[in-house]
This record gives sequence, C-alpha cells and structure tokens, in this order.
Amino acid sequence: MHAIEARGLVKQFDGFRAVDGIDLNVPEGSIYGILGPNGAGKTTTIRMLLGIIDPDEGTRTLLGSDRPLSQSKLVGYLPEERGLYQSMRAADTIAFMGALRGMPLKEAEQRGRELMEEAGLGYAADRQIRQLSKGMAQTVQLLGTIVHDPKLIVLDEPFSGLDALNQAKLERMIRAQAERGVTIIFSTHVIAHAERLCERIAIIAKGKVSFDGLVSTARDRLRPQVHLETENLDGPWRKTIPADARQEGNWWHFTLPDSGAEPLLTALVEGKAGVKSLSIERPGLHDAFVAIAGEDTAAEMDAPTAEDLL
Amino acid sequence: MIETIRAAFVIGRRDFTAIIFSKAFFFFLLGPMFPLLVGGAAGLLGGQVARDIDRPVVGVAMSAEDSRQLLAARSTLAAQVGERRLPELKQLAQSARDVPPEKLLDDKANGLAAVLGGTLQKPVLTGTRGPIESYQGEVAMLSAFAKNADAMVLPTVETRLVERSAGNEKQKRLVTAQATQVLLFILTMLLAGMVLSNLVEEKANKIIEILAAAVPMDAVFLGKLFAMLAMAFVGIAVWATVGFGLANLSGPALPSLPTPAVGWPIFVLLGVVYFTMAYLILGSLFLGIGAMAATVREVQTLSMPVTMAQLINFFLAMYTVTKMGEPIELFACLFPFTSPFAMISRAAQDATLWPHLLAVAWQALFVLIILRVGVYLFRRNVMKSGSAGRIKDTGGKKLFGLVKLPG
Repeated sequence: MHAIEARGLVKQFDGFRAVDGIDLNVPEGSIYGILGPNGAGKTTTIRMLLGIIDPDEGTRTLLGSDRPLSQSKLVGYLPEERGLYQSMRAADTIAFMGALRGMPLKEAEQRGRELMEEAGLGYAADRQIRQLSKGMAQTVQLLGTIVHDPKLIVLDEPFSGLDALNQAKLERMIRAQAERGVTIIFSTHVIAHAERLCERIAIIAKGKVSFDGLVSTARDRLRPQVHLETENLDGPWRKTIPADARQEGNWWHFTLPDSGAEPLLTALVEGKAGVKSLSIERPGLHDAFVAIAGEDTAAEMDAPTAEDLL
Repeated sequence: MIETIRAAFVIGRRDFTAIIFSKAFFFFLLGPMFPLLVGGAAGLLGGQVARDIDRPVVGVAMSAEDSRQLLAARSTLAAQVGERRLPELKQLAQSARDVPPEKLLDDKANGLAAVLGGTLQKPVLTGTRGPIESYQGEVAMLSAFAKNADAMVLPTVETRLVERSAGNEKQKRLVTAQATQVLLFILTMLLAGMVLSNLVEEKANKIIEILAAAVPMDAVFLGKLFAMLAMAFVGIAVWATVGFGLANLSGPALPSLPTPAVGWPIFVLLGVVYFTMAYLILGSLFLGIGAMAATVREVQTLSMPVTMAQLINFFLAMYTVTKMGEPIELFACLFPFTSPFAMISRAAQDATLWPHLLAVAWQALFVLIILRVGVYLFRRNVMKSGSAGRIKDTGGKKLFGLVKLPG
C-alpha cells in the first residue's frame, strides 16, 4: 500500500517545465527522501502531491484519494520557507495549525502545550513568536506540523537553517514518528541526512526522477571499492588486480571484481603479496548519487544554500 | 462545503482576534475622527470667512427722493424675503450724480460693484457683467415697489402646516437616498480598502503555504473576507455609538432625514444588508487583487486605481438617484459594483420589497464568482517557485504575477 502515488506529473511555469513527468511511489510507514539540487523541482512536486497546486498533466493519489486536500487532516506539512504569525503566542500557533487540520481548538491548544513541554519549551508557551529565537520558532512550527497526529508528514528541506544540535533533534523526531508507523517524506539537498534516515529515496534532477527505490538498491548500483597496501610491488598475485586499478606507491585502489572478495584474498596470500592493509568499502549514497545523477548534479547538491550559510 | 466553512471560520477567527486586539485597531477606530475634525474646522473657518467677506454693494446715484424711496422699499421687502436675497444699497452723495458711473466704480474708496442711476421710472444700472446679471431683476423689482410703495401693501399670509405632501415627500426621499448612498460609500471605501493588504502578511511571513496545504484556498479567502467584515461592523458599532452620543448632545441642531418609502426599520435593515454586500463585493475584488501583490508597495500602487474605479461606480449610482425606472437606473441596479448603492436608493423611494431579494441574491452570487476567480488566479500565479509568493524569475519582472515588465 502506498501513501503517495504519482504518475507522469508535469508542471510548467511560463513555458518552463519545472516538473517533467515525475513518477513516485511512497510506501506507507516508510521514511522517504526526495533528493535533488536546488531548482530540481522538489518543492513543486511536493506542492502538487499535497494539492497546493494542480499538475498540468499526470495524476497523484495521497492516502488513497486523488483529491489531496480532502486528506489534509491526516497530513502534516512543514514548508521550505518557514513562517509564523509574529504576534501570535507559541501555544496558540500550534493550536491554530491543529485547528486548520480539523482539531477542535481547545483540544489542539492542550495538545500543543503538552508537545511544548515534551520539547522542553513549556516555559515559552505563552510567548509571542517574535519573542522566540529562530530555533525555538522552528520547533514550534514543527510541533504545529505534528500536533494533530498525522498519518503522513511531509517536510520540505527540514534541515535548512538548523544548527547541528537542532538537526540532530529533528532526526530523532523523524525516527520517533516513523516508529509510530507514520509515513515521512522529506526533501533535501544534503545526501547525508537521507543516508542516515531513509529507507527509500527518489533522486530528482531537472524536473525528472533519475532513481526511485531503496537506498540499498541505489548503493548496489556501484561495486564495492578495494583499498589494498602491499609490501611487494610485483608477483603472480598482480594478475588478480584489475587492469584499471589506480596505484599510489604501495597502495592499490580498484573496484571489487565480479568474482568477489574470496578469490582475491586467496591470490594475494598465495602469491605472497605481503598484504599490509586491506579494506573493502561499500559505496556511500553520495557515490551512488554521482553515478545516478551525474557529477554536475552532485556538484550542485554540494553547493550550500543561503540558509545553510546563515 | 461544510469543511470549507469550518476552515474559513478557523482562519476568520484568527484574523478577527489578531486585528481587534492589536494597537493598530485602536488607531483605526480613531481614524474617522481626524477627517471629521479637519472637516469641521475647515467648515467653521469657511463660514467665518464667508461672513467676513463684504457683500457686493450697489451705489445709488439717484435724486434724493428716489434714493429715499428705493432704500425704504428695500427695507420693506428684505423683511419679507430675507436680507441676503436683495443687493446691498448705498446712497451716494448728490454730487455723485455728476460723476460718470465708470469713475465711481474705479474709486476703490467706494468699493462699489455697480452704480444705479437714472430714475425710479427709468433706472440705469452700470457695472461689470456679473453684478448686472445678478441684480438686474432685483433692481427692477425694487424700483417698481419704491415707485408704488403706497399702493403695494403686502398682505399677511395665513399659514397652515400639514405633515406631508406627495411632491415634497418625493423630493425629500431623494435626500434620504443620497445621504444613505454617501454613508454606504464612505463606510465601504474606508473599510474595504484594508482588505487589499490582507494577504500580504501571510505572503511575507510564508504562512500562506501552510494555509494552502491545510485548507482550500476558497476557505482562506472567505475567512479573511468575513473577518474583515466582522471587524468593519465592530468599527461601525463604535463610530455609531459615538455618533449617536454626539447627536444627542447636539439635539435638534442636527437635521433629520425624511422617512424612506419602505419605512425606517426595513430601510435600516436593508442598509446593513447592502453595506454587507457592497463590502463583500469590493472586499472580494480587493482580496483577489491584493493576493496578486507580493509586497506592501505593490498594494499601495494598486489602491489608487481601484479607489478611482470605485468613485466612478459611486458617481454612476448617485446620478441614477433621480432616474428611477429609467434604463440607466436599472443598469446601476444590475451592475454588481453599483447595485448595493442603487438599490438602497430604491428602498428610499419605492416601497416594493421583492427587487431587494433578487438584488441581494445576485450580489451574493457575484461575490462568490469574484472569490473563485481570485482563488484561481492566486493558485495559478502565486504558488510558483520554491519560495511561496515569490514570482519566478524568467528574465523579466512580473507585476502582480500577471503583467510582464522588461527587466
């Protein structure tokens, strides 16, 4: 069962195809990352999935409905650009966001205060948003996103602008919600977050999906890398080293041959290579991303945004 | 539908409480006091200036006997028709009869607007075109009365007061119609203009995306519109309370309006309904236009042409007050932006009620149409780029997301 299914989503703005035929399948209960550089079409895709804007072409279902807004009571959404009513009190803000999603106001206010207590912000419940620090205000907004116990949480670039401490807190919150069975989708241009949190990812570049599947599947697209240090530089064991291996002094770097690790190890030992160091590394998501999306897109991903620099 | 209304209520409640409990609202309530004070002061000053200005004087250069009879006639007639309806007369010295009237007029010491010479049988009025055209008739009447003062005794007119007359009633109801139109227009313009900037905060704070993801955009527009309407009624209630207080203090000094054709209770009810409809029509338009604007500066740029357009509508409605039943009046009743003003004018002059039901239904339908169009344009033009409300840069700048400017 999928929390979200999208088929051939297209969105054009002034003749520019911001999203160009995107297909997505987000299984229920998964943590799903949408990876791509800025301008790849992540936000536009999310907006279409949530029903904020309609696609020019294609279909999407959200929690089984092709009218996403009809499911809004079951959805929590944290947009990329955060904003709150500056003169509103923190607890009222969370209650307002809960009421928007169908909660009775009193119940939402009570739940909001509980969440603030749990987040260690109970003392600030009656402060106006303008009196809170940026991190506290972001936490309030996040609590407003989950106050109504949604089945699906969509977070657009949730780590942008957060310091390391708050990034870690957010990761913990995402895991805690996932443990409750909530489906979580988040977009990011930082691969490390997706690598730590996601079971499944979609890689979007230039409005198209380059990959949609398990993180492990993405990684498996690349063979493990072997890093070998030997005492001897020559011998019969050299035949087992691939021809395209990169040599740096006594170091050899190459892709693990299709035959696997065992024949390699046997040849090295029997051929008296004098192995000083050997490591076989599974490729990271970043390497997989480079292989899937290309060097240029990966370079765009690595470029920090203005918010990251703040 | 129920869900939309529920969501609109959530948004409206937030907006209403945010406005009512803000300091800005207090100053907003004080707002109308300033034009009233300034207007009052200007009126007092204007009245004083008008009183201080000397009325034009007509110099009388007739024989001593003719002059005496003329001044006596003026005095008698002024008692009947009022001092200010007759020209001011100043008897000149007999020697002035030998001086050409042009010279007398040139002499600043005399300060004369015209010179009356000749005789009572054949008066000669000399002056510039304005005074001559103004006083020619009065001078003829005064001369005739002076000549026959003994024969022309003014009878005492017995007066009988009645409550009303058909001709007078109709005329007076026009006053009620016009006064109510002006009141509705002022209130609508004063209060609906605030809706223009109503979505700017949400767009500036990026809250709009949270709202758009949670509830239908129609609910956002509807909630904001009705929150502003509720705020308007609070404002009107405060102003009305102050106004009635002042009216009680000033007592009979304030003029009372003639009873409208539908009677006061229904007329007041219709006034509230038509104010609501005028507010909703204009407010929904302002909301839609304002939603396209990304900044307060854009909103300010918009407000002037919108106000001017509304003034034209108001003038059209005003023009049709005396044209009941004519095509232009029917057009004003049908055209949504003039309909509330034209219909309240009808209520003052015509007791038939069913057209009001039709008009209100039509106006409500038009509000929904404007809201839907506003929502459609908002979703089409505003929620574009990664940043809510930011217009995507396509090599040029776009004003309100609609008109492309060279950039």
